[in-house]
Amino acid sequence: MKMSRQSSQRVAFAALTIVAVIVVVPVLLVVAYVMAQGIGAINWEFLTAMPREGMKAGGILPAAVGTIVLTLGTALVSIPLAVGGAIYLAEYARDNWLTQVIRLAIINLAGIPSVVYGLFGLGLFVLFLRLGTSIAAGSLTLGLMTLPVVISTAEEALLAVPQHFRVVSRSLGASRWQTVRHIVLPNALPGILTGVILGLERAAGETAPILFTVAAFYLPQLPRSPLDQTMALPYHLYVISTQVPGMPLRVQYGTALVLLLLVLGLDVAATVIRSQYRRRRQW
Amino acid sequence: MVTKISVRNLEYRYNGLGALAGVTVDLPANAVSVLFGPSRAGKSTFLRCLNRLNDLIETEGTTLRGQILLDGEDIYAPTVNVTELRRRVGMVFALPIPLPMSIRENVAYGLRMRGEHRQEKLSESMERSLSQAALWDEVKDRLSEPAMRLSGGQQQRLCLARVLALEPEVILLDNPTSGLDPLSTAKVEASLKHLRAEYTIVMVPHSVQQAARMADLAAFLLNGELVEVGTGADLFTRPRERRTEDYVTGRFG
Repeated sequence: MKMSRQSSQRVAFAALTIVAVIVVVPVLLVVAYVMAQGIGAINWEFLTAMPREGMKAGGILPAAVGTIVLTLGTALVSIPLAVGGAIYLAEYARDNWLTQVIRLAIINLAGIPSVVYGLFGLGLFVLFLRLGTSIAAGSLTLGLMTLPVVISTAEEALLAVPQHFRVVSRSLGASRWQTVRHIVLPNALPGILTGVILGLERAAGETAPILFTVAAFYLPQLPRSPLDQTMALPYHLYVISTQVPGMPLRVQYGTALVLLLLVLGLDVAATVIRSQYRRRRQW
Repeated sequence: MVTKISVRNLEYRYNGLGALAGVTVDLPANAVSVLFGPSRAGKSTFLRCLNRLNDLIETEGTTLRGQILLDGEDIYAPTVNVTELRRRVGMVFALPIPLPMSIRENVAYGLRMRGEHRQEKLSESMERSLSQAALWDEVKDRLSEPAMRLSGGQQQRLCLARVLALEPEVILLDNPTSGLDPLSTAKVEASLKHLRAEYTIVMVPHSVQQAARMADLAAFLLNGELVEVGTGADLFTRPRERRTEDYVTGRFG
């Protein structure tokens, strides 16, 4: 039987709607499940105390602080490198072999498994540069790992600024850098921030790159310098889920929930920043 | 008349296509020079050569031969500071493109980029240039509004004011009244006629009629070739070349 054009249109529309909804379901399920399992563990002590009794009791403060510090450190490493690289690629680079090598490198960086970043960080930062197992080494490793995401999104954001603004700016006697600084960057900022936050989210949740470079199994104190080791939420979660017998499930899901909320918080921040700017955008 | 810009045998090719084929013309100071002709005649390319905006085109196979002298100095000499040149030779585009900022910021942009931060200097030039562009009365109470909110005609005059704020010596106008209603067109034309006392104006007109209204000097371009150049009065009433006559009288174009 041949369907009429209208009914095939309707069928296709329904199918696409279902597919779109299916995409949303796992997200909601994960959040709801972790929420339901973990919410009972969360209280003031859980968030602000050191772990006790072989991590079975007390809080997760050092791991939470460690993750926040590492995320900030990652931002410090990756933002200047990535934004600078994106500006170079979008505004200065000509289409020559050097540019192509750079682009190829970025694509390959994005494809490297995170555990390989971990090993690389161990070799370069921890051992060769003698940073030791430290926040500095971990931040550098995570920073490298986030580079491709941030560079690509930042470059896209820069290229989205209409070309004619650049021509007008140059015709008014602005130099190339002045044009980038006063016209292109301010208008690309929301897109760049989105990329930065996406990259940081990934960094905050990664386990493998910090495994060899910074994460401590059990260190019930807050880090005092960039050369200190620290606990971190993803690795802590791994440890209490697999390495400690008799760990209450509640604590595991509580830890997962805190990590999830941290990342979701960054997501919300990105969304708010973007919509704020979009409302003010004039083109 | 004193020659401000002297173009010697200008040849411009891009992507292998000839855009200008050996144009030689002297553009006088304190006058309106009009370059007219059908589309693809090379008018915009010619204008963009005068402030080296064509430098921004990064395609392969762009070649420029010949000389352009501004006050007797070659603007393509390797020692020329292009940024400085563009401050002396300002440009208004066919489509008004306000920068995505306030009216005030648009007018002040060029000066700020030049390093001018004194408030009194900026507001003095604000009022002067907006008045010269016949826009001051309409915007003086809303300088902080986004420039994109202005009407098309106002945006076009804002773009003129933005160039005037830099106090250039030469103003290039590429069809500055495209898409404007007759009233706004008249305002822009009147302010240009007023401005020629102080500036050298080179424009591509919207129509042959506008060319005739505005031209102190008129140059007819066809397929990258300069067919005829003369005073406005001569060229539109007693053209020497057959092709000029045919175009001016509307037999082709």
